[in-house]
Amino acid sequence: MSGLALKPDELDVSHGPILYLEGINLSFDGFKALNNLSLYIDAGELRCVIGPNGAGKTTMMDVITGKTRPDSGSVFFGQTIDLLKMDEAAVARAGICRKFQKPTVFEALSVFENLELALAVDKTVWKTLFAKLNGIQRDRIDEVLAIIGLTEQRSRPAGVLSHGQKQWLEIGMLLMQDPKVMLVDEPVAGMTHQEIERTAELLLSLRGERSIVVVEHDMEFVRTIASRVTVLHEGSVLTEGTMDEVQNDPRVIQVYLGG
Amino acid sequence: MNLFFQDKLAGSLMAVIACITVFIPLFNLLTPVDSVLHFSAYTVSLLGKYLTFALLGLSLDLVWGYCGILALGQGAFFALGGYAMGMYLMRQIGTRGVYGNAELPDFMVFLNWKELPWFWQGFNHFGFAMLMVVLVPGLLALVFGWLAFRSRVTGVYLSIITQALTYALLLAFFRNEMGFGGNNGLTDFKELLGFNIQSEGLRSLLLMATGLILLLAFGVSRWVMNSKLGRVVTAVRDQEMRVRFLGYRVEHFKLWIFVFSAMLAGIAGALYVPQVGIINPSEFSPLNSLEIVIWVAIGGRGTLYGAIIGAVLVNYAKSLLTGWAPEIWLFFLGTTFILVTVFLPNGILGLFRSQEQKL
Ligand SMILES: Nc1ncnc2c1ncn2[C@@H]1O[C@H](COP(=O)(O)OP(=O)(O)OP(=O)(O)O)[C@@H](O)[C@H]1O
Ligand SMILES: [Mg+2]
Repeated sequence: MSGLALKPDELDVSHGPILYLEGINLSFDGFKALNNLSLYIDAGELRCVIGPNGAGKTTMMDVITGKTRPDSGSVFFGQTIDLLKMDEAAVARAGICRKFQKPTVFEALSVFENLELALAVDKTVWKTLFAKLNGIQRDRIDEVLAIIGLTEQRSRPAGVLSHGQKQWLEIGMLLMQDPKVMLVDEPVAGMTHQEIERTAELLLSLRGERSIVVVEHDMEFVRTIASRVTVLHEGSVLTEGTMDEVQNDPRVIQVYLGG
Repeated sequence: MNLFFQDKLAGSLMAVIACITVFIPLFNLLTPVDSVLHFSAYTVSLLGKYLTFALLGLSLDLVWGYCGILALGQGAFFALGGYAMGMYLMRQIGTRGVYGNAELPDFMVFLNWKELPWFWQGFNHFGFAMLMVVLVPGLLALVFGWLAFRSRVTGVYLSIITQALTYALLLAFFRNEMGFGGNNGLTDFKELLGFNIQSEGLRSLLLMATGLILLLAFGVSRWVMNSKLGRVVTAVRDQEMRVRFLGYRVEHFKLWIFVFSAMLAGIAGALYVPQVGIINPSEFSPLNSLEIVIWVAIGGRGTLYGAIIGAVLVNYAKSLLTGWAPEIWLFFLGTTFILVTVFLPNGILGLFRSQEQKL
């Protein structure tokens, strides 16, 4: 596979969904982390996934992004691209990008350099050695800096940012990759009220041109952004629907209160 | 030039190396033997030896300081480069050996070998030998690194297998049947490119070559580390997973830097051998590779010139101490290492840098 992203016609979303997860099973030393999990994400959709601790939300993202291989089941990107045949780098190059639960940025590098590394260009060794930013790419980095509100911090090492700012920087790194699917694990953990509001605005503004899957425990936040919510419990989908439907579902109440 | 003078410390250090490289050999050629400006062949070779260690330290800093791979087998690449150079020098001895065999080095005659083994072919050509100086360590690093990085061996496990690698080579090179002179190694060299290997003139030239190559290696390494590749490598050190999920094949980057570093170490070894006059299996000793790590830690890792400072200082201290009280050298080294790790996590350079920031 080349260092470049997919050719435009390679991704087939003509049937609606951009991500197909079907019958996924995964156990860790006998413990079933994912249990016959099936889930479909539509192109352009913003989906929230909730569920108690240990429900398998992060593990699901690990499976989609090639970090963990399931014992059985299939994961397709569009109609044709089998994600289980690809490693992390290939999945990322194909346009599925991920923010980790614990914010992960390169602390020794500046904010600008963090975004530069994420830029969607050929990421092979030789191309990287001789890479030079052109005007368009610089503008794109500036644009993303403005979107994530870190323009003033551009030359500072990412290590000195606040927790919330690191979360944003990581979201900015996803934007730089120009992804088709963004998997966002607990984006507002550790953010202030205002920061949470701005994050909600940001994610809402991105909906449509990209598909976004957000895992979050903050129900207020989920209510603000989600049109569809999936509840995960013990490694499989418990229910799916609008926030109101889901919150009034007795099984969901049972899981959250009983758990 | 920018690459050399990015910060004041690096600039001054490079200027000092440039002066040593140019003036000491020049003085030696121009001044009479009894002049104060005249350095003895011993001093010249000692300086040259320190500079080869500086190059070796720099090579380790690339993989450890920047990429976070604590490679404890760097000495193996150094020794392989040294052996390649040693093989060339052995072939230059010709009929001047004890047995006067034009074709076979003495130790082969002694072993009753009738002809030169295939892997000694070509080493009578300087160009071929120099190619092997970089190719042999580079190839070993390529194969070893490919296997290790592809299976995602990291951290302590990687450190251990690199120690195992150099230890295995140590045992192999000790064996007479390997054809590298067994535990005596390769020595009794006569000439290099037609110059008498003992002569002051050649010693001066070797010092000059070592200094120039060190400066060149520093410049190239700086350029690499200032490139986007350098930033990716630093990112791998701090958050390997994040780099993968950005779409980089981390193992390719590790492999590239590992091979590049092994080649530099090989060149350092090749410059070392004619200046000390011998290469033997003890250069593969796991302890040697640990010492290189200590040089870099003491100098300050992840800066390139910290490694140079560390290598020269530690080896200068070693020359002093081993002359005076050899039995305490390892204790001294160990203690310094612990003190530096605890109190100066950024090495000696950390001291200067924090002062610079305060000003
Ligand atoms: N590498 C692993 N080895 C063993 N068990 C694991 C591993 N990864 C996850 N698990 C287990 O799988 C289960 C699901 O974990 P996961 O991290 O996906 O939960 P989650 O829904 O993301 O929870 P949280 O809301 O706390 O982040 C947990 O019980 C966890 O302990
Ligand atoms: Mg999780």
